[in-house]
Amino acid sequence: MILTIAAKELRALFVSPLAWVVLAFFQLILAWILLARLDAFLAIQSQLVALANSPGATELVISPVFGVASIVLVMAVPLLSMRLVAEERRNQTMTFLLSAPLSVSEIVLGKFFGLAAFLLLPVLLIGAMGATLAVGGRLDWGLVVSNVIGLALVAAGLAAIGLYASCLTAHPVVAAVTALAISLALWMINLATSDPASPVQVVSLLKHYEPFTKGMVSTANLAYFALLTGLFLALAARRLDADRLRG
Amino acid sequence: MAAAVALRMMSDAVPLTLDARSLSRSFAGRPVVRDVELKLKRGEVLGFLGPNGAGKTTTMQMLTGNLSPGAGSIAICGVDLLEHPVEAKRHVGYLPETPPLYRELRVDEYLELAARLRRVPKKDVARAATKARDRCGLTGAGSQLIGTLSKGYQQRVGIAQAIVHEPELIVLDEPTVGLDPNQIREIRSLIRELAEGRGVILSTHILPEVESVCDRVQIMNEGSVVYSGTVTALRALRGGRALLVGLREPPPVIELQALPGVATVAALGEHLFRIEPQGDAEVGEAIVHLAVERGWRLYQIAPAQASLEEIFAHLTQREDAPAEASA
Repeated sequence: MILTIAAKELRALFVSPLAWVVLAFFQLILAWILLARLDAFLAIQSQLVALANSPGATELVISPVFGVASIVLVMAVPLLSMRLVAEERRNQTMTFLLSAPLSVSEIVLGKFFGLAAFLLLPVLLIGAMGATLAVGGRLDWGLVVSNVIGLALVAAGLAAIGLYASCLTAHPVVAAVTALAISLALWMINLATSDPASPVQVVSLLKHYEPFTKGMVSTANLAYFALLTGLFLALAARRLDADRLRG
Repeated sequence: MAAAVALRMMSDAVPLTLDARSLSRSFAGRPVVRDVELKLKRGEVLGFLGPNGAGKTTTMQMLTGNLSPGAGSIAICGVDLLEHPVEAKRHVGYLPETPPLYRELRVDEYLELAARLRRVPKKDVARAATKARDRCGLTGAGSQLIGTLSKGYQQRVGIAQAIVHEPELIVLDEPTVGLDPNQIREIRSLIRELAEGRGVILSTHILPEVESVCDRVQIMNEGSVVYSGTVTALRALRGGRALLVGLREPPPVIELQALPGVATVAALGEHLFRIEPQGDAEVGEAIVHLAVERGWRLYQIAPAQASLEEIFAHLTQREDAPAEASA
């Protein structure tokens, strides 16, 4: 059932011009960043050779590209997630799902996996773009994989936030703005303090994403993203369930 | 799951397709549905009648699990909708007021999606979709995008999605709104056909629609059921046998009153009378005959059927304000 709904959502994304436009711009921006970083890397390459234990192309080109990709995702995911529930409400098609023999969690998970599957596409494309550098030199494949995992987890978390925001309203634009606000707040909340021990650091998305771009995949960070995603999916399910009780 | 299966087996013994008791619902403290009882047997079509805002749609949303009732219980084929919603919803097909259509899908894709979501076994999905499509007269439209279909065809797709999983209970909220007369006739005969072996509830505010397709009628007003009975009984209530008689040169009312078989005569104007026969007495012929013989100059004689509004007025006055009924 979850897969059936996911397939329906994936299809809905692919028939909308919005998803294609977002995907195209995402790719364009990151290709441009990759080339710019590559230029900079080539300019200093001769000096790097002189250093002992010098950073390689993976560290100096690919990781920064993933860093930018994560910020672009913060902007792009709300645009892709805004229609998930809000538009169904507006078109009054929600009854199609609500009167079918489905539980609310099946509906939420189906919609989430549909969007997550779509987001996996740009994440893998960025990975593939980085991997093309292997043509001209040696890459640290472990670091590339850790970058891909990190970005995929960020995408999953953002998708869950977007889905929840979409459950709050019947207006896709309001859903997009809400999702962007929540995502950005979680992203930069660590700026509020310079104290590394502050509890604010614990909820910051950025703080938990950064280690992945340095090649560190730790259980704590994996758990953070699992919790973040799970929390917003649970909130979304609660919100949808409350629709039956409204008034 | 075991409990659900046991419940389903019980439903073979209990033939009631729908059993809803004392349903109530309020929105923001304002009661919209009050103490509604609904019972539906297999093969029965129940007409749900009422003016706009009477609570028909709210009741239907509760019956299909789209809205939880404030109080009361709903059992579909013996399965409690509130305790086992997923199991109970398998037996329900629902067409809301606005058909829930995905405009970007083709008709076949949409119906197959509907079949899959309603848990039709994988191998039967394509067959179920084709069957529902053909039954609703969409045979040639399978590969069309739903968004490009006309309103009438979209309504048919809406009905097709409600029946694709062959549910025991079909709930149709104003299925003929916005259709042309031919389409209305087709949809009505389809509804009769669908009722074979299942229960159908349809809401409408068109009285002739109820008379032509329903076995039983329930009339709602301001959230309560004000009338519940068979269509025949409704027809009698509607004034069925009274005659509206127009005479250019009418005799005194007493003279009309004295005619054999006439129960009451009400003067509706200087020239127009409403004549109620006694029981099964036929008075039409006698009136025409006498009118010619005595030169009353008959210009109109017709069955005096009350409009739906009059019936509502009649029913609601009887329920709420008996003192004002005579005023």
